[in-house]
Amino acid sequence: MNKKISVYPEKCTACRLCELACSFKKAGEFNPTASRVRVSMFGEEAFYTPIVCTQCDEAWCLKACPSGAISRDYGARVVKVDRERCVGCRMCTLACPFGTITYYAPEGKAIKCDECDGQPECALFCPTGALVYQEESTPTRLKRKETAKKLESSSKEVQL
Amino acid sequence: MKGWIGKVLRVDLTKGEWKAEELDKDMASKFIGGRGLGSKILFDEIDPKLDPFSPNNKLIMATGPLTGTSASAAGRYMVITKSPLTGTIACSNSGGHFGAELKFAGFDLIIFEGKAKEPVYLYVEDGKVALRDAKAIWGKTTHETTDQILSETDMDARVSCIGPAGEKLVKYACIINDKHRAAGRSGVGAVMGSKNLKAVAVKGSGSVTIADKEAFRKATLDGFQKIKANPVTSEGLPAYGTCVLVNIINTSGIFPTKNFQQSVFEGAEKISGETIADDILVRNRACFACPIACGRVTKVKNPKYEYFGEGPEYESDWSMGGCCGVDNLDAIAKGNYLCDVLGFDPISAGVTIACAMELFEKGIISTKEVGRSLNFGDADAMLEMVRAIGYREGFGDALAEGSYRLAEKYGHPEFSMTVKKQEFPAYDGRGAQGMGLQYATSNRGACHVRGYMTSPEILGLPQKLDPFETEEKAGWLKTFQDLTAVVDSAGMCLFNTFALGGPEVLEYLKAATGVQMSLDELMKTGERIWNLERLFNFRAGLTGKDDRLPDRLLKEPISSGPAKGRVVELAKMLPEYYELRGWDKEGQPTKARLKELGLV
Repeated sequence: MNKKISVYPEKCTACRLCELACSFKKAGEFNPTASRVRVSMFGEEAFYTPIVCTQCDEAWCLKACPSGAISRDYGARVVKVDRERCVGCRMCTLACPFGTITYYAPEGKAIKCDECDGQPECALFCPTGALVYQEESTPTRLKRKETAKKLESSSKEVQL
Repeated sequence: MKGWIGKVLRVDLTKGEWKAEELDKDMASKFIGGRGLGSKILFDEIDPKLDPFSPNNKLIMATGPLTGTSASAAGRYMVITKSPLTGTIACSNSGGHFGAELKFAGFDLIIFEGKAKEPVYLYVEDGKVALRDAKAIWGKTTHETTDQILSETDMDARVSCIGPAGEKLVKYACIINDKHRAAGRSGVGAVMGSKNLKAVAVKGSGSVTIADKEAFRKATLDGFQKIKANPVTSEGLPAYGTCVLVNIINTSGIFPTKNFQQSVFEGAEKISGETIADDILVRNRACFACPIACGRVTKVKNPKYEYFGEGPEYESDWSMGGCCGVDNLDAIAKGNYLCDVLGFDPISAGVTIACAMELFEKGIISTKEVGRSLNFGDADAMLEMVRAIGYREGFGDALAEGSYRLAEKYGHPEFSMTVKKQEFPAYDGRGAQGMGLQYATSNRGACHVRGYMTSPEILGLPQKLDPFETEEKAGWLKTFQDLTAVVDSAGMCLFNTFALGGPEVLEYLKAATGVQMSLDELMKTGERIWNLERLFNFRAGLTGKDDRLPDRLLKEPISSGPAKGRVVELAKMLPEYYELRGWDKEGQPTKARLKELGLV
């Protein structure tokens, strides 16, 4: 089993409880800017989604870090920032194409999701199942089944 | 004391100056926050007799100690001022994200004083404050204003603003935040307009800190479990929004129709939450930290009523629907959208239009005054009036004064469905006695969110009460009113209370602030807030005689349906209510009770 945080944007209601849960666990305070997961809202398109680090296999942030603060935890399959070694140079934030590693000014350090060592607080607090900690292939398997279902119903129509 | 930022921003609009003050923490713990604390400040700082549009009136935007935390649906902020509609204290409560962002930006409350010489807006970013020129956005809709201010400040800022209605002092103008959330009732937006204050934008990267983190986390997760286990908060509201009530209330025979001439609406099914879900719902949307997500993102494609926005929720669906005899959902939804963008309360608007429709059908006013026909059920007439109210154009100018002043102007105040000059919401008190008593005694005039007796009388939460029965309603109502004052003041959404009660709110508050108190003390705090509002109103010149209902609710029995033959038996309930409150026979709070509550 390889678990990851799965994101289901269609279930997100933009309540931002994930941001609150994350910042409370990681910074001990309620502060969305300290959250490793952030919700984007596009009101005019009625689209909301949490954005969180996908833990790239070849992580841009890791490669860009000059101080060796960012490393891959092979056991947990996450990319982590060592606070002691981070010098706050922000190179990782330039390198990351997703904006999911950020510079947190009050600490002068880079912050990113580490999936809470296997118990992500955001997924626990998410009231709608937009964030779920599960076997990483689950979302794609669900999508395949949806596709197959459409095929099944269309084949029935043809038979009728 | 945690939960709070500890800072109050005081803005003198006349001088164009501002200063940051320390939050009075003793006062904050005595009045919790939000509605309670804001009311206390207003009570201490203004003469309750003043003209609401005088520069000496103050406009207070207040968060609670839980605002900005993960407590269930704790993103509320409240606007407290003296109401131009009712002449009473006004406190209007809104969700969205503005309240939480205000705290992240560094302030618990903002107190606006005086009047700006020219239109301005306030921008607060991480403790830095600026009053900016708003001449270019004066006259713009709330949506245009929000977009313009976001482009001038920060794309992630949160904006509360008024529309044309607030500028033109429509007596029930509201303040819109995050485009679709409203501090809706009692004309708080008109007071903002009278001060030449177009908007407030906030942006911050600060924190809300908590006294007992482990206890707070546990209280949050326990609260979510209870929200999830309750069918109203976990199924009804997310799936159908507040409009889930249309069929429920109509079936109970208390869905006021045609300005309360009837109480069952034939067209209810066409405007129900279920129909909204089928026809115009795009998806649901939550306010800050809300696990319920009752918000409706909707789209009407019919070119005649086309829009993309949010709502309607139950009250506006009813006020512009059933109350006006209109069963055209697209038109109602468009009317609600116009109220959002022009910035006024759809409840008061719809009920005022319904009053005008009755005046028209009874021949008291004619096409001469209105400029067109105005019959019940005429969706296009309703919409035309909504638009006219927002700009005070034509007959809209008379409608903008609210139903009481409208009906009085034409010599028939008996057709105004109001208490203390504020329009009724969508439950006929004749078929739900506790709700009737609530309307008569509410501190801001007719209102459903001061003591939602519909919950026990119709929904059976926390237990089912016979809606026609008068006995014990006074006691239930007192508890509901006091608890609501607590929930509002804490910064939580009232909708939590379908699933969460006093004990849960107490857990959040204790863990957040570190202030220890018993449930009795918490409820006494709610009672203190209720009595403080009452004192303000009495000093403003109101008396127990204002705890009354229109004759229609007292003398005209409901004509058909399950509540047929009922009137509000107010005289049976009011003396008991006064006694339980520790007030004298005239409804005046006694010295002894005020002393007990720490108000003298």
